Amino acid sequence: MLTRDAIWQALEDVPDPEIPMVSLVEMGIVRDVEIGDKTVTVTITPTFSGCPALQVMKDEIVERLKKEEGISDVTVETTYSPPWTTDWIAETARDKLKDFGITPPPRLDGTAVEIVLFEPVACPQCGSTNTSIKNNWGPTPCKTIHYCNSCNQPFESFKPL
Amino acid sequence: MNDTQKQALAAYLIALGDDELILGHRDSEWAGHAPILEEDIAFANLALDEIGHAVVWYELASDATGENPETHPNHLAYFRDVHDFRCVQMVELPKGDWAYTIVRQYLFDVAERIRLTALAQSNYPPLAEAAGKIKGEELYHLRHSAAWVKRLGLGTAESNIRMQHALNELWALAHQLFMPLPGENDLTPDDIVPVSANLLPEWEAVVRTAFAEADLTPPAANTSPSRDRSVHTPYLIDLVTEMQKVARLDPDATW
Ligand SMILES: [Zn+2]
Repeated sequence: MLTRDAIWQALEDVPDPEIPMVSLVEMGIVRDVEIGDKTVTVTITPTFSGCPALQVMKDEIVERLKKEEGISDVTVETTYSPPWTTDWIAETARDKLKDFGITPPPRLDGTAVEIVLFEPVACPQCGSTNTSIKNNWGPTPCKTIHYCNSCNQPFESFKPL
Repeated sequence: MNDTQKQALAAYLIALGDDELILGHRDSEWAGHAPILEEDIAFANLALDEIGHAVVWYELASDATGENPETHPNHLAYFRDVHDFRCVQMVELPKGDWAYTIVRQYLFDVAERIRLTALAQSNYPPLAEAAGKIKGEELYHLRHSAAWVKRLGLGTAESNIRMQHALNELWALAHQLFMPLPGENDLTPDDIVPVSANLLPEWEAVVRTAFAEADLTPPAANTSPSRDRSVHTPYLIDLVTEMQKVARLDPDATW
């Protein structure tokens, strides 16, 4: 029998297309799972609304869930409410981002992003906060590029949102 | 919302989307041409953001009038006649030099942030939610363009002169952003959207302060040459023709 738990478990296998070491579930992108008669509806929310990976995410969710027994139809819906925030990124995903050389976003806990942006960004390699921002965008819209003045290495950081 | 208001909201959102789409297209023209590699990356992403925001507005417009939100946004962007676009003239103009691009982006970013703050309070929840979402992302645009205003305004004599020239050309045009949008008058009585003219004082205060800090002075003329968003510059025709060319060559292609 289909259970919501089993679907959530299966969705753990679907990687974020742009940061494949973390799953869409860990990123807080999957919001809801509903089971009907042989059908599943998954609700996801985009990280950045201009995210070009949205369609790939939908396709990968459908492809993965169709492998589960007893599912004939998968629908993926998008919602903007409540808007995605980096606070939804799971602790496990934060560790993986750091291991990959991307500084995870600071926890906002209700503080405005404008305020958090004044705080120094720590280097994911050496932990130094003697760093400078080099670009408000990186290889993807969700990341900024920085330079560590302690270990003389460039690094990326996930933007708080 | 009654049927008149639904049509009005769609017209309003399509105009907002057109501003984003056309500005995003102009921003994308810097890919491969920006003065430094970092800006090539920054403006490619900025363009992506703006075009993504256009999609959000077009989707909401489609919802309001019962069009398919999956397919209608593409129709609006690629198969609509150029004369049906409702962007402001400021975003149509060629990208100019780097100073011109920065001043235009900054004037637009501040206006957008103020409008989104108001739209986030809309009585129509889907609009309030989308505005709240986009506002968080636009913060990064504003941080970027504001830093460049200062850097170029206080940079060299040459960069200051170029910024001042850009400001002289764009200042009056930017005021068109505060003229009533299509559909606006049907929506303001129910607090679905703000009165555009009411957003002007905050915008003026913010940008005047920033320009003063960057040794730049807005010119005296502050009346937009056009009130009407159906009146366009010849540049829009070239832009839309280029933008729609591939889609129109094979409308049924799958990508
Ligand atoms: Zn370091």
